[in-house]
Amino acid sequence: MSQALFKDETPALDDDTRSTLITRFLSFMDDESVLRDDEDLYPYESDGLAVYRQKPPLVVLPETVDQVQRILKICNELNVPVVARGAGTGLSGGALPLKNGILLGMAKFNKIVSIDENARTAVVQPGVRNLAISEAASDYNLYYAPDPSSQIVCTIGGNVAENSGGVHCLKYGMTVHNVLQVTAVTIEGELITVGSMACDTQGFDLLGLLHGSEGMLAVTVEIVVKLLPKPDTTKLLMAAFDSVDTAGDTVAEIIADGIIPAGLEMMDKPAIVAAEAFAQCGYPTDAEALFLCELDGTEEEVQHQLQQVEALVRKNNATVVHIARDEQERMQLWKGRKSAFPAVGRLSPDYYCIDGTIPRRHLSRVLQQMNTWSDEYKLRIANVFHAGDGNLHPLILFDANVEGELERTEELGGKILELCVEVGGTITGEHGVGMEKINQMCVQFSSDEITQFHAIKNAFDPGALLNPGKAIPTLNRCAEYGALHVHHGELPHPDIERF
Amino acid sequence: MTDKDISAELQTQVEQAAATQTPLTIQGGGSKSFLGVRNNAIALDVKQHSGVISYEPTELVITARAGTTLEEINSTLLSQGQTLAFEPPGFGAEATIGGTIACALAGPAKPYLGGTRDYILGCRILNGRAQNLKFGGEVMKNVAGYDASRLMTGAMGTLGVLLDVSIKVLPRAERDITLAASMDVESAIDKMQALAGLGQPVTAAAFIDGTLFTRLSGTETTTNAAAHNLKSMVGEKTDNSTLWQQLREHSLPFFQPQNSQPLWRVSVPALTRPLDIEGEWVYDWAGMQRWLISDAPAALIRSTCEAVGGHATLYRGTEEMQRQAGVFHPLPAPLLSLHKKLKDEFDPKGIFNQQRLFPEF
Ligand SMILES: Cc1cc2nc3c(=O)[nH]c(=O)nc-3n(C[C@H](O)[C@H](O)[C@H](O)COP(=O)(O)OP(=O)(O)OC[C@H]3O[C@@H](n4cnc5c(N)ncnc54)[C@H](O)[C@@H]3O)c2cc1C
Repeated sequence: MSQALFKDETPALDDDTRSTLITRFLSFMDDESVLRDDEDLYPYESDGLAVYRQKPPLVVLPETVDQVQRILKICNELNVPVVARGAGTGLSGGALPLKNGILLGMAKFNKIVSIDENARTAVVQPGVRNLAISEAASDYNLYYAPDPSSQIVCTIGGNVAENSGGVHCLKYGMTVHNVLQVTAVTIEGELITVGSMACDTQGFDLLGLLHGSEGMLAVTVEIVVKLLPKPDTTKLLMAAFDSVDTAGDTVAEIIADGIIPAGLEMMDKPAIVAAEAFAQCGYPTDAEALFLCELDGTEEEVQHQLQQVEALVRKNNATVVHIARDEQERMQLWKGRKSAFPAVGRLSPDYYCIDGTIPRRHLSRVLQQMNTWSDEYKLRIANVFHAGDGNLHPLILFDANVEGELERTEELGGKILELCVEVGGTITGEHGVGMEKINQMCVQFSSDEITQFHAIKNAFDPGALLNPGKAIPTLNRCAEYGALHVHHGELPHPDIERF
Repeated sequence: MTDKDISAELQTQVEQAAATQTPLTIQGGGSKSFLGVRNNAIALDVKQHSGVISYEPTELVITARAGTTLEEINSTLLSQGQTLAFEPPGFGAEATIGGTIACALAGPAKPYLGGTRDYILGCRILNGRAQNLKFGGEVMKNVAGYDASRLMTGAMGTLGVLLDVSIKVLPRAERDITLAASMDVESAIDKMQALAGLGQPVTAAAFIDGTLFTRLSGTETTTNAAAHNLKSMVGEKTDNSTLWQQLREHSLPFFQPQNSQPLWRVSVPALTRPLDIEGEWVYDWAGMQRWLISDAPAALIRSTCEAVGGHATLYRGTEEMQRQAGVFHPLPAPLLSLHKKLKDEFDPKGIFNQQRLFPEF
């Protein structure tokens, strides 16, 4: 997973093809939209996973669907890979450029085409920022529910490609639950529309398939999202505990009690301390764990559930129980959680964010194992946790300038992900596989399953030109990684020679 | 309640069928065999492959073998105060959970709480190469690999045999109440759409025979408060507590036409005005799913729906009609081509449920 491990082995784009591409692109795009000088290209060399870098040979910035179609047709004809890029906040290297391909920046697709107040939908271009949708819908007392912590910058096109979540997805779902229709361009330059403005679509759920496909099946050019009415009432309860176990058990009891909170976010002590130091939001820094439980709905519903939750946390001996007094304090309490990444970032020169999901009942086992490894690897770990849905974000603190520390960090990260699979979870809940977790895919899936994934890609992109090498490993790579994933009692990848 | 794993037998049968290119009809309880074009291929009986494999109420997930009956799933969930929020219709006690996912039908709650595809978390399948494959998982958030579980949902068994499925479940509301008001269809359409924008606990809205019915779900306090708030808009409480179940299961008199006329399911965008097609109409899903009993020509029904961005399914009709008109709305050419390619990638010999979904594969 490391920079040392990340080597793009493919030969670079040859000069002839590169100049052919430039000439052909310039025939329908202006000079500023075809970036080719080093100083213009370097800013694109990495996405949110900054430890992986690759300067793209060429960046194109189309602004019309027709231009996207022509670009893809040309690349298809010349057999040149294409990596789509939104805001580049992805945390798994999904938008990492390739040495032999172009980077297709979607930043100019930044218009909200229309908002239908009565149908409660918005038609948006893929480069629109996530938060901009809710801001525009706010005039109608509506909002777009999925709210990744990166929502100020990340784009809705990137959200679809990663099937991003947010702190409110326990109740309101991930991106896939909040998108009605996607218009996309295939590598052949053909425009397709999947999903529909109706409540369902006939045929296969291609809309579902495009979500989380990491730019490997088609390039999204327009999205219709659902908008929700802003809830009447929203209340936030913070509860602190003297053990992570009790906090975890309390989360389970809330759900068993029939409550689906709008958000249910947990943090462990290192994360609490970091967030408090960063945001001064009023977290009790002596607590071993705390969670924020947000309830929304009608006044009656929220009052009723708030009483239930309060009774539960008190019964479980919460050391602090606090209900945000007003909107300002509610936002303040959220600020700590939402800035947990940068907050942890201040404690250490670098940090590495992991994104596994586990069945929540295994939380304490997983946390204990992480503590053991943390000592072993001499690397600190802070945990933020979408507790309602079991999505864990351990943040490993390290210093890339210390020889070997990045490599150790990545090894530890890989181990944590494999532990998530072992307890019945997954290597990624919302950040995607990208380039980063490609080896761990070999642990989670058998060779037949990986082959079926390649087959799905083949149906859309037979030349494997859209973001190749990401998300789905080759079987050879898995054999090399040597992950002994035993499936149905068979040795994995029996069809591949072992050295 | 049976608890039996026959995946190995099923795998052998699929292997043989693939080797001899013998078409198979995947069969659960047979409760939805009316939907989609029938064929006479050899049945692959999945019903025996049954039993709840795991159920974790606090994690909101149930995993069961495909042949488990929907009734068993529902009663298992009920015992813990939970439910399948998308309210899948059974259309008979034999309905299995495998068929439920494969057909992806959803009840009145769909526009408010989502459909089958919104609750599928993972599945194990046999593809056309008889490979046993697991996609997704038992956790709520999972983006590793393409979302093949959603692809299987609603594919009507054309891509593979579902062996077991993991589904997200939700707490069941403490109670439901129904409000009723008579009005004309135009204002019903507007009101149904507006209702969902008010932040009230509305979980169904249907317009039947001149009456708008609205369902509210929650606790006693919340539903009473909502009923009070919405009274002037959509009327008083009624006693009609079985209405929603009857609507879902097609046991309302509307669904038993006298002279076996065809039943169409029309799916249209929010706020679509009444369509100009002769026939009897019932409006569910806040007006977005419409049931139509009509002798109008299939081509007219389809073009009228298409013109407003919708589609029409020949839900119940004679075999002859089904073959002539096709059951599901024809796909635009680029999507059909992608469907065929995906079919090829999952079932290269084309053995599963030939032409059940579309005549082209
Ligand atoms: C501080 C921080 C906090 C974060 N918090 C969260 C969080 O809470 N929840 C969460 O889910 N994620 C989170 N993320 C991750 C990231 O923001 C999301 O994955 C986001 O959706 C990426 O959007 P982007 O526009 O930056 O996409 P990029 O990083 O540019 O691209 C991501 C992927 O999408 C593809 N892509 C982009 N645009 C298109 C298109 N038009 N068509 C086809 N493919 C396309 C790319 O090829 C790439 O594979 C966080 C990241 C940061 C840095």
